[in-house]
Amino acid sequence: MKTFRFSLKKYRNYLIVAAVLLLFLAIDLFGGLRRTDANLLSQIAISVILALSLNLVVGFLGELSLGHAGFMCVGAYIGGYAAVAMHGAIGSSVLVLLLSALIGGVAAALAGFVIGVPTLRLKGDYLAIVTLAFGEIVRTLFRNQAVFGGALGLDTSSIRFGTKLYIPALLLVLFTLFVVQNLMSSKHGRAIKAIRDSEIAARASGIAVTKYKLTVFVIAAFFAGVAGVVYAHHTSPVDYGYFSFNTSIDILVMVVLGGMGNLTGTMISAAALTFIDVKLTTALSLDAAVRNLLYALILILLVVWNNAPALRHAREKYSLRTLFEKLSKKFFPKKAEEDSESAAWDKIPTKIPMDAILSADLQPDRAFTPDPPEKEEKP
Amino acid sequence: MNILINGLCLGGVYALIALGYTMVYGIAKMLNFAHGDIIMVGAYALFSGMALTGMVIPACILAAVLCTLLGILTERVAYRPLRGASPLAVLITAIGVSYLLESIAQLIYGTDSKPVSIGNFGTVKIFSADVAVSSLLTLGLCLVIMVGLTLFVRKTKLGRAMLAVSEDRGAAELMGINTNAIISLTFAIGSLLAAFAGIFYLMKIPSITPTLGSMPGIKAFTAAVIGGIGSIPGAMIGGILLGVIEEVCNSIPAVASYTTAIEFGILILLLLVKPNGLLGKQRREKV
Repeated sequence: MKTFRFSLKKYRNYLIVAAVLLLFLAIDLFGGLRRTDANLLSQIAISVILALSLNLVVGFLGELSLGHAGFMCVGAYIGGYAAVAMHGAIGSSVLVLLLSALIGGVAAALAGFVIGVPTLRLKGDYLAIVTLAFGEIVRTLFRNQAVFGGALGLDTSSIRFGTKLYIPALLLVLFTLFVVQNLMSSKHGRAIKAIRDSEIAARASGIAVTKYKLTVFVIAAFFAGVAGVVYAHHTSPVDYGYFSFNTSIDILVMVVLGGMGNLTGTMISAAALTFIDVKLTTALSLDAAVRNLLYALILILLVVWNNAPALRHAREKYSLRTLFEKLSKKFFPKKAEEDSESAAWDKIPTKIPMDAILSADLQPDRAFTPDPPEKEEKP
Repeated sequence: MNILINGLCLGGVYALIALGYTMVYGIAKMLNFAHGDIIMVGAYALFSGMALTGMVIPACILAAVLCTLLGILTERVAYRPLRGASPLAVLITAIGVSYLLESIAQLIYGTDSKPVSIGNFGTVKIFSADVAVSSLLTLGLCLVIMVGLTLFVRKTKLGRAMLAVSEDRGAAELMGINTNAIISLTFAIGSLLAAFAGIFYLMKIPSITPTLGSMPGIKAFTAAVIGGIGSIPGAMIGGILLGVIEEVCNSIPAVASYTTAIEFGILILLLLVKPNGLLGKQRREKV
């Protein structure tokens, strides 16, 4: 991916999160962090972890999962239960959080594995409906277990973390980013993107499609579970009603709005939407229906704008990316020129590695850029 | 006996919704997530129509017309621009449309549930069991609609054009079939069926909320997948099967709270054994 060409770009996402963490730590040290803001920050961290992990499935793998809240539910219940149980034995609440995050994450990953093995052979639409079904099943199961509080939800008030939750939560965001980003820039990441671009071509090139799909699914489920555990430390009781289809859709909106396959965009949109959700709806006492209406409109307009074949021309002309490119050409004319030259011709490898061919971007709706010729030889 | 009749009746409603899903999927190759919400629109149209006129039949007609128009409109505005785009994009748009319809209904009618009574038809005795006439009526009408639809698709020119489009859109176009018109027609028929499903649903459960369509919608889609998506008899079988299973599960107190989990569990198990559903066709992938 082009984004990772410069070292600064490579670390951009970490820097953003670290800067946010340090900024709020500083404010907190001087006693300026209000309780509501700290809570909001933890909620944003939860959303970011969820959106990043869903982006792995939707953006990079190209499969639609509508049961992400289901994995979160597994994590929240199992991890929350484990945390309540450990709470007495282990004094440090941070240790409890991390251990329970591990337990919840592994439980969700297991659920992802169990659900992934039979279903990942299915095609997109089927997978979407099965993941949706899975989310509903999980909720129903947890609601009916007396161990987990039944219809009242799991009581996690003993492990409520208070205002300092944002620190470990943001650290977990960093960890999520670390895993996702490194995975996607590795050879496995290129294989995953190749599956998204053309499953048949990827299979023909010897990529173990099902294995990769399952891996991505399990990793995404793991982080959804981690987010669920953080949620269990944030909210009590853990209510099965929260993990409905609507929550899965909210996460999906974050991913689509931020840009499928774009981590920085996903982080920003997850943070912004959570902020808008919490702040504006309470401040303006906005009806939930109005919020949903706006979400729906944004979703439809964005997807149509980004995908409609008839709008390709307009899209190339007016997109934000083109705008940025124009701006950078204007301000750094020399650099831009160098850039396009070197990008095109300096990087021709003497021997063409398989990975380079696999990662060739063949999306037809991209603006045409002079690629190295061997990249175009792909069938 | 009563459970069975109720199950068949619910199954008939599911089958009607599933037919809409399956037809749209077969012809437009897309999963119309907003289909469940068309049911909701139909139910609200019926509610408003009855509030305005006080009579059932005109309200039903209003619901049917409104849903049909809405089906055509959503196809034209939201799905047609995306024809040829990736299936994922279309699916997400459909989810958006579903959300849009739900929130509009919430804004107009509020989130609380409203009672609707279409009228009490009493009960009749069949084999010493009291069976509601409305259940029988639902069952009978569902059967009539299904038979009519099958005949329409098999025997009329338009129906065969629909089959042709679902078989191969490009070739159908070359044979002089107006594919856009056929796809619009499919959405219209699907939405009309959804409107009927909404009316029958209200006969069974006489109260409406803005989210009333989503659960039957999802379950009917499950039914369509169980039956093999794209197959009209499959949707009927799947719908009736699911309806009976639901009523039987609900009647046993020990498993009643697990009904949803059982239904979806069946879906997952079935897809394990037969990835294309009961009557689905195996599609070879071509490069």
